[in-house]
Amino acid sequence: MFAIELENVSRVYQKYSARHRFQTFKSALVKGDLFRSMKADELVMAVDAINLQVEKGMTFGVIGENGSGKSTLLKLVAGIAKPTSGRLKVEGKISALIELGAGFHPEISGRENVFINGIMLGLSKKEISRKFDEIVRFAELEEFIDAPVKTYSSGMYMRLGFSVAINVNPDVLLIDEVLAVGDAAFVPKCLDRIDDFRRRKKTILFVSHDLATVEKICDKVAWMKGGKIQMLGEPKRVVDAYLQDIAAMQEEDYQKRKTDVDLEQKWEDERREKRWGKREVEIRKVTLKNLRGEEKHVFTPEEGLVVEIDAAANEPVKDFVFGIGIFNSQGISCYGTNTNLEDYEPVVLQGEGKAACRIEKLNLINGTYYLDVAVHKRDGYPYDYHRNLYSFLVSSTLKDVGIARLPHKWTFSPAIKFETPGK
Amino acid sequence: MARLLRNLQELYKYRVLVQNLVSRELKARYRGTVLGFLWSFFNPLLLMIIYTIVFGFILPNRSTEFGNSPWLYALFLFSGVLPWVWFSSSSIESANVLMIHGNLIKKILFPAEVLPVVTVTSNLIHFSFGLPILLLFVLIFGKPFTLNILLLPVVVFIQYMFSLGFSFLLSALTVHFRDIKDILGNLLTFWFFSTPIVYPYSFVQKYKLLKTLIDLNPMTHIIEGYHYCLFYGQLFHWKKLGVTFIVSLVLFYVGYAVFDRLRDSFPEEV
Repeated sequence: MFAIELENVSRVYQKYSARHRFQTFKSALVKGDLFRSMKADELVMAVDAINLQVEKGMTFGVIGENGSGKSTLLKLVAGIAKPTSGRLKVEGKISALIELGAGFHPEISGRENVFINGIMLGLSKKEISRKFDEIVRFAELEEFIDAPVKTYSSGMYMRLGFSVAINVNPDVLLIDEVLAVGDAAFVPKCLDRIDDFRRRKKTILFVSHDLATVEKICDKVAWMKGGKIQMLGEPKRVVDAYLQDIAAMQEEDYQKRKTDVDLEQKWEDERREKRWGKREVEIRKVTLKNLRGEEKHVFTPEEGLVVEIDAAANEPVKDFVFGIGIFNSQGISCYGTNTNLEDYEPVVLQGEGKAACRIEKLNLINGTYYLDVAVHKRDGYPYDYHRNLYSFLVSSTLKDVGIARLPHKWTFSPAIKFETPGK
Repeated sequence: MARLLRNLQELYKYRVLVQNLVSRELKARYRGTVLGFLWSFFNPLLLMIIYTIVFGFILPNRSTEFGNSPWLYALFLFSGVLPWVWFSSSSIESANVLMIHGNLIKKILFPAEVLPVVTVTSNLIHFSFGLPILLLFVLIFGKPFTLNILLLPVVVFIQYMFSLGFSFLLSALTVHFRDIKDILGNLLTFWFFSTPIVYPYSFVQKYKLLKTLIDLNPMTHIIEGYHYCLFYGQLFHWKKLGVTFIVSLVLFYVGYAVFDRLRDSFPEEV
């Protein structure tokens, strides 16, 4: 039995040209194109012939970049937007948490707003009276409920909105990225409430950028891209595929930027400030690769990282040290090492050569990192020092915090039971 | 037509919502003001005072109907201005109402047609706040009440339908043509003077062309309805008012049809 069924559903948005914006009723009448001027110049496919079935009682996640059509999909299911073509069926009462507190009137009290908002969402007055205390308690607004809503903080506003919407007790709950504004105490409470819905076998359509939550609470996930469903299936797999796609796109973006001439010039300028040394040994080129030897910009921890340094010396040099340093975006040194610290005794460097530092597992958390690469004497005298000239990204599915991921493993005595992660 | 009926049924279903939104509108409008809802009365009163000074004292009227009494003239004015204010403020507010409540239309499943209905209805309530004051004035300065005053609800109902139709049309079109708001202000001034409010209907009898034009204005017959019920204390021209009622129904139908036709464009346009 399906709670939500979409059959070939498309939604076209109209994109108006600049001319249209200056179109006025008068000029439309004068030119005699009253109805033509209401037509769009260009069409945008926000949702493109989507087929989707969501079973009753399922928590269904939708992920994707901004502008991929997630919210439009949700609005279609909610009935706020009508499909341009195709068939859409939703079984049961819907409540949409698309914007919390939409329709609150700032001048009147929270109490009155609860009633009106509840009626807008399809509750009867009696039902609201019955649930009123519960709504206020959940929103933690007992003290402020009789104050005008304009005096509320945005968090209070959102809490009240969420509390009303969740108490509508729908069969199908639509959630669009609304938990992002809650504070640390309220978000888990909301998630608890959503869990409660799951237990009661209600259908939930969940749109979010918080991939960890999506993976945790959803039974099935769809990944949308350009108005189409790119992939549909088991949460972990879809989220991974999505992340890989993002990484690939960042990579592509980086490559494109690199070939951009203007940027190259800017880079060159910056480079001079960030590079010093007399270049008795010159670093000609630094390449970042993964363990398989592919040149990359975005790395997953498993891929590893190889820093290849192409160095050249005109005269033979007998005292030299190769070093690298990794810094995160806050400028904190995450790791640094050099050949001297690791007791490599230099013998001779002449002509062109390649030094590579191979990091088997890139145990860093998500983020952008900058790389120092240098060749210097053992006493620190620099031949060629490249300060933060290279950057790379680490993209990992885990949301751990700190600087580096220490290799670790959890064990529990039999009294403590967990479900294995990554169901 | 069948669709219209079905939609009207829907609209009836939303009456609790309309009711609550109207009371919210009334509460919110004068929140923070010292005089509160009394403003619903003071606004037309002040307007009436201005017109009485201008047309009663500065440019004294030559009509025998008022027996040269500026007070009687003021009463005549008031009984026309009060319903006119209801009509004009409903229209001006309706032109904006979908944009003001854009959040509702965009973000939640909300029946947009409720909004113009709420606008016209809350202005009706304002009108009815002013009504007892008007009746008091009639009692003090005017001719004695006749049973014809009981026919007032009929006139009010016809104006309600007419206003609703006009508001549907305005609110839907303004979403696409924002400058209707500006055109409307001028149109309403013109319309105001094309309606026998500051001058009695009998004034225009002499000029044939003018009379035809003014007869074509539905508001003429509605305002005349008020004059007959309140000022003259006579039975209104039920034929003229009957035609006006039919015109109101047609406007309501057209207004609603346009609104319905453009409805799907609201979420992206407001």
